[in-house]
Amino acid sequence: MEVDRTGEYIYPDTELDRVEGQVIEELKANSQEAIPDPDQWLEEELEQNIILTTVDWVINWGRRSSPWVSLCFPACCGFEFVSAMGPRFDISRFGMEILRASPRQADLMITAGTLTWKMAPNIKRIYNQMAEPKWVIAMGACAISGGIFRSSYSVVPGYNHIIPVDVYVPGCPPRPEGLIYGIQMLQKKIAKRKNLPQEGLKGLIKEGLRG
Amino acid sequence: MTVALSAKEVAAKLEPKFPASIIESNKDSLLVKSESLFELISFLKTTPEFDFNYLSSITAVDYLDYFELVYHLTSMEHNHSLVIKTRCYGRGNPTVPSIVSLYEGANVQEREIYDLMGISFEGHPNMKRIFLWDGFEGHPLRKDYL
Repeated sequence: MEVDRTGEYIYPDTELDRVEGQVIEELKANSQEAIPDPDQWLEEELEQNIILTTVDWVINWGRRSSPWVSLCFPACCGFEFVSAMGPRFDISRFGMEILRASPRQADLMITAGTLTWKMAPNIKRIYNQMAEPKWVIAMGACAISGGIFRSSYSVVPGYNHIIPVDVYVPGCPPRPEGLIYGIQMLQKKIAKRKNLPQEGLKGLIKEGLRG
Repeated sequence: MTVALSAKEVAAKLEPKFPASIIESNKDSLLVKSESLFELISFLKTTPEFDFNYLSSITAVDYLDYFELVYHLTSMEHNHSLVIKTRCYGRGNPTVPSIVSLYEGANVQEREIYDLMGISFEGHPNMKRIFLWDGFEGHPLRKDYL
């Protein structure tokens, strides 16, 4: 039977190629500088307020105990991550046995592998689709700086050109123990996070104390 | 184990059919003119004696003076293989005939060579970049890319 292939695609594929090329060139032009790591709030002094810190502690306990991972395994570090997922190293001990195929249900992106400029818009899209709060672990030399492919024509020199990175785990690839250590560091980082809007709440509490 | 045919013997058999199109033949490979490449591979594929029904790979090499394309052909029936080379000159837009109509597997490999080496294949149904994006400048596997 003859299959009618006219109108199979709305756009001709040459048009799609052109648009894809434009998107990549635009992203490449805009991401020559690395995004600073989101760690300024770590230096701030913890407020000695019992109510706020307790609420924060409960929220942070919930968040750090179940960081679900979104799928982002462009290269070989993915195998080491799979090994860390498996029964021998078993990162489900840290509450993250669930891999989410949908970024909307994920909190944590473990970037296991080399990122090419052609893949970069898609990684950025996955990151943008993740719900706040979200964290990123750059796993392996390629994710940190581009690794041995750094000076290549097609490789992004580090994920921090595309998305902000919280924790860097070096290695080529890192051992599962290294990855687990990185995850624990991220959990410590999450534990220091202030979740409630500080200024507004402080005012409210002061007013409440005044009567 | 696949037997590598002596290209010299193959050249002797091909000589009456394709006069003056074989430039050079030694133990390992057969160097042919690019104009007669398609007919020659077509002949090797359809003749029962050779029956090269499988294309293992196409590769391109940049020798700065010219580009050399290397075709690895294999016969599943006779379990033998042959290496065919051809050259194309000029760095602007070197062109060789496409063999996609003979081997469907050449489609992607010829696109890869076009993408990274900048060699155009005449008669290819979809001659565009495959790994790199549209708008990428240059062909990165060329020796003078940097």
